[in-house]
Formats: sequence, C-alpha cells, structure tokens
Amino acid sequence: MFAINLYDFSGTVNSIHQWLNARLTPGWATAAEWAIIGISLILFVAISVIILVYVERKVAAFFQLRIGPNRVGKWGLLQTIADFLKLLMKEHITSKNADKFLFNLAPFIMVTAVFLGLGAIPFAKGLQIFDINIGLFYIAAASSVGVFGILLGGWAGNNKYSLIGALRSGAQVVSYELSIMLSLLTMVVFTGSLQLSQIIASQQDGWWIFKGHLPAWIAFIIFMIAGTAETNRGPFDLAEAESELTAGFHTEYSGIKFAMFFLAEYVSLFIIAAVGATVFFGGWMPFHIDDWAAFNRIMDYIPPIVWFFGKVAMLIGIIMWFKWTFPRLRIDQLLVLEWKYLLPLNLMNLILVSFIVLMGWYF
Amino acid sequence: MELVKQQRDTASDLKTQEYFVNMGPQHPSTHGVLRLVLGLDGEIITKVEPHIGYIHRSIEKMCEHDNYRQIVHLTDRMDYLSAHINNEAVCLAVENALEIEVPERARVIRTIFAELTRLASHQLWWGVMGMDLGALTAFLYGFRDREMINDIFEETCGARLTMNYNVPGGVMFDLHPNFHKRVKEFIAHFKTKLPEYDDLLSNNVIFRQRTEGVGILSKEDAISYGVTGPTARASGVSCDVRKLHPYSAYDRVDFKEILMEEGDSFARYKARVLEMWESLSIVEQLIDNIPEGDFQAPTKAVIKLPKGEYYQRVETARGELGVYIVSDGGKSPYRLKFRSPGFSNLFVLEKLAVGSKIADLVAIMSTIDIVVPDIDR
Repeated sequence: MFAINLYDFSGTVNSIHQWLNARLTPGWATAAEWAIIGISLILFVAISVIILVYVERKVAAFFQLRIGPNRVGKWGLLQTIADFLKLLMKEHITSKNADKFLFNLAPFIMVTAVFLGLGAIPFAKGLQIFDINIGLFYIAAASSVGVFGILLGGWAGNNKYSLIGALRSGAQVVSYELSIMLSLLTMVVFTGSLQLSQIIASQQDGWWIFKGHLPAWIAFIIFMIAGTAETNRGPFDLAEAESELTAGFHTEYSGIKFAMFFLAEYVSLFIIAAVGATVFFGGWMPFHIDDWAAFNRIMDYIPPIVWFFGKVAMLIGIIMWFKWTFPRLRIDQLLVLEWKYLLPLNLMNLILVSFIVLMGWYF
Repeated sequence: MELVKQQRDTASDLKTQEYFVNMGPQHPSTHGVLRLVLGLDGEIITKVEPHIGYIHRSIEKMCEHDNYRQIVHLTDRMDYLSAHINNEAVCLAVENALEIEVPERARVIRTIFAELTRLASHQLWWGVMGMDLGALTAFLYGFRDREMINDIFEETCGARLTMNYNVPGGVMFDLHPNFHKRVKEFIAHFKTKLPEYDDLLSNNVIFRQRTEGVGILSKEDAISYGVTGPTARASGVSCDVRKLHPYSAYDRVDFKEILMEEGDSFARYKARVLEMWESLSIVEQLIDNIPEGDFQAPTKAVIKLPKGEYYQRVETARGELGVYIVSDGGKSPYRLKFRSPGFSNLFVLEKLAVGSKIADLVAIMSTIDIVVPDIDR
C-alpha cells in the first residue's frame, strides 16, 4: 500500500495523504499528517545526533591516535545512547540567583530553532517538509534564532563565564550570519531562485561547484568558514572555549538541559552541511557528466537519498577535520577575519558573479 | 547635527563596570590548583593576582626532620615533570658538601636521564600548550612521544614519573640492558616527529596569530623578576645553568643555549621547541659514550653534612632550581630552602597579561609553563 520508492518519495507521500483523507475528515487528516511529520522529525534528529556524536568521537580518536569508544556495544556503538541516558537521569541544577524562567527557556529556544531549520531541507526527491519559495532565506532566519538561546542561557545562569561566552557568541553569530547569507546569495545569482527544489533542479546537468567555477569555489570556502563559526565549532568555539571559560554559555547547565544544547549544536552542524550540499553540490542530484549517458545512468542507480547523505557526511567530515586540527581564534581576530577579510571578499565575489552571469560565462 | 551630538553624549554617558572573575582554583588551564583573581573590563584584563598555597605541603619543613637520603625523594613532588632533575639538585648539594667524587658512569647516566626528563617535560608542555589554545589533537601527539621516554625510565628504575633514581653518590641501579637500544630507537623516532610539531602548531596561521606579540617580556623585567629557564631565554637573558655553571656531564657535551630576542609568547614557545632539539643532541652525544665502571660511589649509611651552608643550582625544564642547605652537623638539615623556578616565573604574569584579553592570558600562562606544586612546595 505504501510502497517506498527510493528514487522518488512523492508517490509514498501521496499515498499516505490519500489513505488518511479516505478515513478522516480533511482537518483531522492534516493534523495527523503534521503529527507524523513531527514524530518522524524527532526520530530523525535523535538518530542523526546519536550517529553524529559517535562519528565525531571516532573521528577525533582517529585524529588523535586513539581508539575511541569501544566498550558499550559492538565497536562502542551504544556509547552515545548510554551517555544520553546518563544525561537524562542527572539532576537538574538551577543555580540560586539564576533567572529561572529564562534559564529554563534557553535550551528550548535552541532546539526549536534547529527544528525549524530542518523544515525546509530537501532530503531526497519528494522528501521535504515544506518547499517555500524563500527556502534559503527561511533556513538562515530560523537558524539565527538559536543565538537567542545562547544569549539568554549565558545571561540567565548568573555566571560570569557564561556571560562572557554568551556575549562572544552574540558578536560571532551576528557577524558570520552576514558571510553565510552573502555566500549563499552569490549562489542564488547562479540559481535564480531561493526555493530549494528549484536550486536542486538547476543542477541537473552539473553541480554549481563545477558549473560556477572560481566564484563558486570562493563562495564555498567562505561558506565553510562561516558555517563552522555559525555552529560555534572549533576553531571558532569561543562561546564555549573550555580552556578560557570552562564551558562558556552552558557552564551552569546540567542533565537534559545541557543535552539539549548539545543536540542543537549537532543538528545545526547537520543543517549547515545540508545547505552546503544542496547549494553547492546539488543536494540529492546524482553526479552527472554532460554526454556520458552510460556513466550518468550508473550514477542514477544510486538513490538520491544516498547522494544527499553522502554529500552531507563529506561536509560534516570537513568541519570535524577543522575542529580537530586548528587552535582557537581570539575574539578580536575572529571579528577581524569576518569584517576585514571575508565580508569585502564576499561582496567582490558577488559583483564578480553578477558579471559572470550577465556575460553567461558559466557552464 | 544636533542628533549626532546627542547620540555621542549618550555613548559617553554609558558606564562600564569592572568586574572580577576567579580563575581557578579549579579551572582547565591553570594547570593545577592555582587561583587567579582577574579584574576584567569586558574581555580586557585590568588586574591579575595569583593566589597560591592551595597545594602547599610544607616540603621544606618536612625536610628538617628527614635525613638526606629521604629528602631526595621529597623533591620529586615539587616539579613532578622534572623529578629527576630535582633529585639531582639535592644529591649534588650533598655530594659537594661531603666532597664525594661521583663516578664518571653515574655522571653521564644522570645527564642522559636529565635530558630525557627535560624532553618529556617539554613534550607534555607542548601538548598542553596546544590544548590551551584549543588544538586538542596536539595534546595526544605530545603524549605519544612522551610515552616512549616513560617506558625507558620504567625499564631502568621501575617508575615512570617520580623516579627517585638519584641517590647521594650516584644512581640507584645500573642501566637496564635494553636502555641503549631503546634510547636509540627513541632518538630516531623523535627526530621524525619533531618536525611534525612544527607542522601542527609552529607554522599554523592561527597559532602564530595567537602567540606572536602576545605577552612581551622585556629583558629588564625578566632579570628584575628573577625569571629563569626558557621563559627568560626567550627574552634574551642568558641564564642556562648547564652552560654557565656546568654540573654532571654538561661540560663535555656540545650544545647551544637557545636565546631569542622577541620575548613574546611565540618566542617562549619556539625556545622550548628548539631546546628539544638541543636535548636530543645531548642525549645522542652521550648515549654511545657511557663510560664503564661503578654507578655509585660508596657513602656512609647515615649521611651527616659538616656544619655550614651549601648551595647548588641546576637547570630544570622550567628554569633554575636552587637548593640551599644549612647544616648544623646533624643527620638532617637545620634549614632547607628551595628556590623554585615556577615561583619567580609565575609572578611575571601580571606584568605580561594586563591589557590583553582573557584568551591571551591562557596563552601567556601556557608559555610560562608553570607547575603548581613547584610554586607551592
């Protein structure tokens, strides 16, 4: 009845829609659909975070000549689950002079922001929660809400280290938001649309990273730097610089509230990688070379969902590589990098790209 | 125009308030139980006040009740990263007081061990330095190479960190048969790994930015604060005890005293990395030339120093360690004082860190290379 076609999920989605509408009134059917979407999103986030944390630890171990988790379950696969269970059972500590309401609200803002961001990500052909015409703008807007969580969490905990971390993070996210948006805008000049399905459709005959040659590469590099900064990961993890601020903005958090910050960090890592994969590497679009029909057909045999997650995994791997290699920047150097180097470069790149598109100098 | 003026007035009316942060006694980058009271204006440091004493064990007082053989073991617990060199300082002081002729073999063994200890200490410092600046991977690279040295120590004297290998008159045991081979292996291994250290941190753009021009210590300040070791040599102060007052076998080896001019955090970093090359070359020169003979000169079971005052200084991995013994002729000293390098080096922190940012303080503290038990004793 709900045959899953790995190459096009729209059939599956439609059959669920019809099945529900045949049994319920349209209003209840819509409600049921939203419930299904919510549950599957939560499941997806839970599973992907568990996988990401495990991969991060294994990657870190690989970089650091260690073995990594290998005791709980086969190859330590259950280690992350055990850690989350531990965090679930820990005591919720709220320090005495904390602003209790904001202190408890902050982790929820973080999690809500990343869940909103996931809404517009196209996972595979026909597998996207909503496809609005300002998709890219929407994702950027949703993910920048997360900074409120950091600011509130840092301020409400009544801890000086948290406050410093929160203020650093505020300055950082506000600055790097610009770079992310401008580098994506550069690509939008190529694609001609902010809608993510359109962006993917425009890469049918080749990914923008190849078609857009030099400006696309510049935009991609800036996107990766700014994306790493946006997710507060090393070498830009100033908000939680453990050697300076113990744990930065989440110093006072424990138990599941800490886990929510942790979860939000990994989901936003996924979102950044997913946006990068969609805009620069064609999302779920397989790798095609113009006239090689046989080669293209072989590539088409690999389901789009595998392409998408493969690309995301590659970008996440690069961001993890950054973290485990580079030292951390200082706050003024971080802002200098953005305002004096990345932003002018980005603006020039935007002019360059407009020129190239006008002249039609791209493949 | 009026509006602009108004806005400017409001901006100047904004009051900022200085605040205090307790960095430590438990903090990831104070390297132990050191407490720094920081005065901060935003991220800018206006005041640094080290509060010490959290790990004071009154080692100097304990020494007044122990005999000279026991004192050697207590010194392990000061600067635990140069445990062997601390032991050597006390042994040399006692030997000089008694005018014991230490066998050549023991002198060379001591020197090799001291240089290996220095290497191990610098490797650990290098790793921790990376970690303090956020490069977590460096930490484990430093530890990988240090492990080989610890294994060498373990084979010969059974302990890995606080070895107690020195006794007045020489060393406790003869070398393990594998020692020669293992040290050779280590030299070959570390010669390929030291350039890797440069790749990972020294030549990294972010690392250079974080350390160059940060926390500049002038030559005058270094001298007046009594700063010693690589920290002072990075400011151009020639203070290597191994060179100026050679002891053990340092007079027969050829090595350079690393002197830098800049005095910033990067110079201090570079001085230590270059010192690793020098230590490696010292070990290399001595390992094939260990003389045959006794490893220990005969001493009496109960050592009594003649009445008088004795001072001996050695170069630990952190700087100059002085042992000052006042003896009344008994079997334990009347008074014993250690001049530890960490203590003098720590208090230069205020001079270096005021006016810089919190992140710089971490870099400065890391390049001063403090070990808290060495400061508190």
